[in-house]
Amino acid sequence: MLKIQKYTRVKNLDEAYTILNKNRNNMIIGGMMWLKMSHRLIPEAIDLSDLNLNSIEEKENEFQIGCMCTLRQLEVHQSLNQLCQNMIRDALCDIVGVQFRNMATIGGSLFSRFGFSDILTALLALDCDVILYHQGRISLEEFTRLPYEKDILTHICIKKKNYRGVFLCVRKSATDLSVLNMAMTKNNQYYRIVIGARPQKAKCMTVSQNLSHNEIIERVKLNMPCQSNMRSSQEYREKLEEALLLKAFKKLEDE
Amino acid sequence: MKVKIKVNGQLIIDDVKDDMLLLDFLRKHGFYSVKRGCETSNCGLCTVWMDEKPILSCSMLVLRAEGHQITTLEGIQNEAEEFAYFMAHEGAEQCGFCSPGLIMNVLAMTKELKNPTTDEINRYLAGNLCRCTGYMGQLRAIKKYLNRNGVTDDEIHQ
Repeated sequence: MLKIQKYTRVKNLDEAYTILNKNRNNMIIGGMMWLKMSHRLIPEAIDLSDLNLNSIEEKENEFQIGCMCTLRQLEVHQSLNQLCQNMIRDALCDIVGVQFRNMATIGGSLFSRFGFSDILTALLALDCDVILYHQGRISLEEFTRLPYEKDILTHICIKKKNYRGVFLCVRKSATDLSVLNMAMTKNNQYYRIVIGARPQKAKCMTVSQNLSHNEIIERVKLNMPCQSNMRSSQEYREKLEEALLLKAFKKLEDE
Repeated sequence: MKVKIKVNGQLIIDDVKDDMLLLDFLRKHGFYSVKRGCETSNCGLCTVWMDEKPILSCSMLVLRAEGHQITTLEGIQNEAEEFAYFMAHEGAEQCGFCSPGLIMNVLAMTKELKNPTTDEINRYLAGNLCRCTGYMGQLRAIKKYLNRNGVTDDEIHQ
């Protein structure tokens, strides 16, 4: 059961960062959806709700998304979804229910870098950066490789490009966690392929379109191996991986 | 910590623990339509509106809800009765435990989506589980409610 000794709504990021580093168990609470199901004691929970980080700003070259934006805000944002052919909406619409997505925040989802995350998989296929309060701006791909540190993810930036993409996933039942998820984008020369819920966190690779589909599948299997967990065996995931890749190639070629 | 929160337009001031959940707060103050279900953010039984948007009160700290407008089923009796008429006529209420959460979410859906398709209804309500598995009855009731022209107020409230 989650226990919180002290709840603080901070006035600025500096205050949040100071409290965060005061005690190793202090935490930023995003939507608190997964956190609430954990068994832990938080000496001081930090809420960023008052910092105006809950909007999606469209700039000339990118969309800048505040960390306290809910998953639902991203799901229904028209111009953001137009940019990536509804990939973001497709990655979010099966996550539990509307009520859940009205609470879960994008900052919390990405900072945790959950293996089962659908949105991390989708965003990795796009050209995306994150802004961390202490470490500054880095690419999302680099961020996924970093160890968990005491920092605050303040914004997610999605660069405006001509994306042609697709998000696919397999679940045992609607609203369950994905057994495997996959996102693919295509430009003139390359495919960018991301596989998540392997069950490890999503990983991405770029491959030339000059390769045959079978060659690409072999490379993906080699570079992004699947493993077993309670949700599925490694063998089943590998079969799914192949099927999802073929489906994605077809979908992108049909467009 | 002291909290001031507006529930159904009524200001409530109380002293609460920092980790008290909105669900517990609402039930403590007599809003018994808000049910405790799975407590894992999956079943939708504890659905209330925060600033007109459906959320799960089992996963919301009451301190976090301060400054927002909370609405429970008790605050929208007339709208709820209207939809409940269609649920009763379709035999969709069954044990009734999931009904308050479902009604809150159906009414939120009608504000957000115009003429939703069956697929859109199913997707919007995916977070409302019914342990009696009465989904087909619920779906019939929702569709009839959305096309309710011709049903008089007297019929609904009788």
